[in-house]
Amino acid sequence: MTSLFQEVSPGAAAETPTRQITVTINGERRSAVVEPRLLLAHLLRQGFHLTGTHTGCDTSNCGACTVLLDGTPVKSCTLFAVQADGHDVMTVEGLAGPSELHAIQEGFKEEHGLQCGFCTPGMMMASKALLDENPNPTEDEIRWALSGNLCRCTGYQNIVKAVMWAAKKLEDQ
Amino acid sequence: MIKLRFASPEMLVDINEIPDLDYHRVDADGSIHVGALCRHADLERSSLLATRQPTMAAAAPLVADPIVRNRGTLVGSLCHADPQGDWASVMVSLDASVVAQGRNGRRTIPVRELVRGPFQTNLAYDEIVVEAIAPAPMGEAAGGYLKLERRVGDYATVGVAVSIDRTGDEITRAGIGLSGVGGSTISADDAVQVLVGSSLTADVIAEAASLAAQAAQPRTDHRGSASYKRQLVSVFTSRILTRLIRSEEEAA
Repeated sequence: MTSLFQEVSPGAAAETPTRQITVTINGERRSAVVEPRLLLAHLLRQGFHLTGTHTGCDTSNCGACTVLLDGTPVKSCTLFAVQADGHDVMTVEGLAGPSELHAIQEGFKEEHGLQCGFCTPGMMMASKALLDENPNPTEDEIRWALSGNLCRCTGYQNIVKAVMWAAKKLEDQ
Repeated sequence: MIKLRFASPEMLVDINEIPDLDYHRVDADGSIHVGALCRHADLERSSLLATRQPTMAAAAPLVADPIVRNRGTLVGSLCHADPQGDWASVMVSLDASVVAQGRNGRRTIPVRELVRGPFQTNLAYDEIVVEAIAPAPMGEAAGGYLKLERRVGDYATVGVAVSIDRTGDEITRAGIGLSGVGGSTISADDAVQVLVGSSLTADVIAEAASLAAQAAQPRTDHRGSASYKRQLVSVFTSRILTRLIRSEEEAA
């Protein structure tokens, strides 16, 4: 599960060290046996097939892989899966309810907060963390909270508007 | 280090689950202690730093980006020994030290002696840094940190940390640390000598800024020319110090 293919030297030890971990992902307790070197981003994408979490730069620059770890936004390409053992992870798949979009997702749709969409999951998770802590942010506060997430398409203006839209919708609910 | 492909260790030990290392606190003697698991975000929101340690308080919101600050630590930054790192120049300007712990007990290492070269420290293979200590100010602490970066989260083109302690208008202790303008963090000692014993007049600030720029060893790269970076060191040093000049009402 941890790698599809791995060439080994003829004399290599037959067993790769592994650890069993249990992570609560989007509210559901899930267990897996992983190599300690597996990154959290890869556990989510290749392990649990939650491909909404994108890996953009793999060097913790771009923020496309942002998820919430115990409610705090982190870049999942910079954490090992074993470091999430016993913790709570929320990915972009955890945003929407069974029948309707989350207000943040709706905001990105209404305000055209995405073009290619690659950065969008990270943008949304960073926005979620911001709105959880600060339900009525100013434009500057939104730009500050999203400054670790890069977008190459939108110029950010519509992303900021999308978060403002979501904040208003959440306030009205 | 692994992401940069600078290291491929066979074994990693994760210290994140070790309890009681996430503190930052002020001791009875006025020194500030930062545990190895205290995150940048904790320091950014710290009322303790806001009231007691202006150079650290100024730097905390400029480290990396808000999401990285949720995981990264001051001690980790010091041990990473990146010549462009923010905390190293701040802690050099404060004459700070780190406490290393290994099998043979603890030892204290001044931050300016911790680094052996880019991404290399003088820690033994079986030692970790458990805390960083900024000594108590000799008088009232003042200072600041300024950095030019192309965008949030990029490496510093130039970072300048200035810390002064003063009694009345007289500067009793000073420190200036420079990031991104040499193979390791630079302590601008000649500029510091001009400051100690003086007060912040325009002449003193101009001379300190000039000497700080001379201490820099910048290289021309895609972030700017060497002369541009040297000029920035002068401008930042001068700007931080000028902001610390007290108006007559404040001094009275």
